[in-house]
Amino acid sequence: MSTVVKDTHHEEHPSGIMRWITTTNHKDIGTLYLWFAMIMFFIGGLMALVIRSELFQPGLQFVDPQFFNSMTTMHALVMIFGVVMPAFTGLANWMIPIMIGGPDMALPRMNNYSFWIMPFAFSMLLSTLFMDGGAPAGGWTLYPPLSLQTGDAFPFLIFAIHFMGLSSIMGAINIVATILNMRAPGMTLMKMPLFVWTWLITAFLLIAVMPVLAGGVTMLLTDKFFGTSFFNAAGGGDPVMFQHIFWFFGHPEVYILILPSFGVVSAIIPTFARKPLFGYSSMVYATASIAFLSFIVWAHHMFTVGMPLAGEVFFMLATMLIAVPTGVKVFNWVTTMWRGAMTFETPMLFAIGFIIMFTIGGFSGLMLAITPADFQYHDTYFVVAHFHYVLVPGSIFAIMAACYFWLPKWTGNMYSETLGKIHFWLSTFFVNLTFFPMHFVGLAGMPRRIPDYSLQFADYNMIASIGAFGFGFAQLIFLYLIIKTIKGGKKATDEVWEGAEGLEWTLSSPPPYHSFNTPPVIK
Amino acid sequence: MNFLNLKKLSTLIFLYILGSNSYAGWLDLNMPKGVTDISNEVYGLHMLILYICIGIGIVVFGAMFWSIWAHRKSRGVTPATFHESTKLEFIWTIVPFAILIGMAVPATKTLIKMYDTSESEIHIKITGYQWLWQYEYLNTDVSFYSKLSTPYKEIYNQEEKNINYLQEVDNQLVLPINKKIRFLLTSNDVLHAWWVPDLALKKDAIPGYINEMAVVIKEPGIYRGRCAELCGRHHGFMPIVIKAVEQDDYEKWLANGGKVESTDLASTQK
Repeated sequence: MSTVVKDTHHEEHPSGIMRWITTTNHKDIGTLYLWFAMIMFFIGGLMALVIRSELFQPGLQFVDPQFFNSMTTMHALVMIFGVVMPAFTGLANWMIPIMIGGPDMALPRMNNYSFWIMPFAFSMLLSTLFMDGGAPAGGWTLYPPLSLQTGDAFPFLIFAIHFMGLSSIMGAINIVATILNMRAPGMTLMKMPLFVWTWLITAFLLIAVMPVLAGGVTMLLTDKFFGTSFFNAAGGGDPVMFQHIFWFFGHPEVYILILPSFGVVSAIIPTFARKPLFGYSSMVYATASIAFLSFIVWAHHMFTVGMPLAGEVFFMLATMLIAVPTGVKVFNWVTTMWRGAMTFETPMLFAIGFIIMFTIGGFSGLMLAITPADFQYHDTYFVVAHFHYVLVPGSIFAIMAACYFWLPKWTGNMYSETLGKIHFWLSTFFVNLTFFPMHFVGLAGMPRRIPDYSLQFADYNMIASIGAFGFGFAQLIFLYLIIKTIKGGKKATDEVWEGAEGLEWTLSSPPPYHSFNTPPVIK
Repeated sequence: MNFLNLKKLSTLIFLYILGSNSYAGWLDLNMPKGVTDISNEVYGLHMLILYICIGIGIVVFGAMFWSIWAHRKSRGVTPATFHESTKLEFIWTIVPFAILIGMAVPATKTLIKMYDTSESEIHIKITGYQWLWQYEYLNTDVSFYSKLSTPYKEIYNQEEKNINYLQEVDNQLVLPINKKIRFLLTSNDVLHAWWVPDLALKKDAIPGYINEMAVVIKEPGIYRGRCAELCGRHHGFMPIVIKAVEQDDYEKWLANGGKVESTDLASTQK
């Protein structure tokens, strides 16, 4: 903090809880988002453990099937809207102003609102667990007519989704405004770090699709309470139309969950390979192509609804095309590592783990794109394995890699490398133990979202459940390590990592309350 | 090191669990080949794309692991500085594209065959309910409901589970082999999906829609499937059981009004 002498009144802020409630500072809000995601990660994780406990053995042991369905629904909503999205928004808040050489976010008050909506949205969502008729149990995809059978929880679910959407849209507008207006002189678009690029594209996706979801769920709401028949076949509506609307949101959404990870990994790999990122501009173009393609592949989630043949073929081909830009990214990362001088600190381990396991998820994604084969995979554990591979050792690993990478910068203290490595190896082992066997039970015929199963699936479910508990407990190490690093530890240098490149490493560790009050000189 | 110990441990756990396994064999790890021409083609597509992925995986991960082994700072290497090559970018855009085309052609061919429901000889309407199936043999008066027959005591762990736990029904869907059968699929309440892996058939049952699909079963036998679209509390408890029989037996069964003659009752239970 000593680096800023002038403008000391900017450093002043209320202390205690009021600091956090009234803050308009991008770092404080980033921290709030990240802690929110951490709390939700454990809540969503507990729900996953309820699911895995029930599935440990065939037969109904612990929970009622209806509550089981609530758990799968809520686990997904919490993990997607409460963990991955806020965590990436938190990283964006913390890092984007610093990476582009700006003082703060462009719209700081809106930044405060967009965070503080989230706790209310999730209190509302989680309160449905205690309502008559139970929490939503129709799947996070909310397909009618089933989702319309939800009890008292229904309006709360819809309004919680509206609030989450509102928060995401405001956050995204802020990020776009910041990137387009707050760059230091000389920071041209094609000089921006890839994390900034991927977030810029993600923010446009968010602005494009969150209103679509809001529209879709509002139609559900009026179908339920105001006598409309948008999705009610008996009233001349069309239940399949909801699926089209939902997945027109849903498919860009899954790239919203993964694109910022690409940015994180593109920052970490060059740092620890001590070699510039290979193919910077092709990375930017690949990200943009993936974002574009995400709008024309939505119906590959619906191959079994009985679309016309031409529709099936179009969505199969468009989906397969995504493998091309995604492949370009993976090849670029591997070539960045090639002939570097690598070391393997925890962020690098998580980034390499990301590349390998995300690619495995990509392979199963390619398999799922093949429509005739998808008829066999669709709605089975093969799909569950696929999207957990891209989301857990994909998005979540990238978020963890980012936390380890920037934690010394954020706190000014080095974390314990030994603990970090233990966390990585335990997480990697257990995440594979959990999700790899799911490929097998899926292929062997186990549908997803079932509380009980036939005997031939018993062994692999047991393995997966053991893995899930191991993975869950391994995350306590992460929590402990973060708290320990915030409290103290070896002081970090400004540069932190030997091969670090970028503006964030030119600031002190921890950085001043306002990042760049005078713009840095960009070479 | 930590890593090696974990690896050893994982191998041990896997060996232990595989060794003690009582239900699943290695064959259960993969998609079933099934008993129709199309299901065999689907299996072939699945294996083809799997092998392509494994091949790409070996090349990419191989390069990466080589790099991790050879290009580490502890070996005293100095990092190279290259960071661009239009030629390389071009190659690794074009080659995957070509592979994808090679994949898309057979997939589209199979898909076209799957969509052909013409010249079907038998037409059966399937209706999904929360939580059972109704089968109507069109142009006959045979029509019945089919629901889970596993006793509650087995589900709630009060009795030992039988080998067909959760995949047995009271009334099986009886079908002839070597005849083209067309299914018309709809639902009376929420979405369901009718899925029998051995026939490579899965399609959603949607209220207000009639979906169709066709199949020619090649071998007699019992084929089991499940509802594959979340449909509420008992989604996991609405299985499908098909009994594929010779043409004569099918006609006898049909003539008997869809009732099984008491003499084979024992063999068709479950």
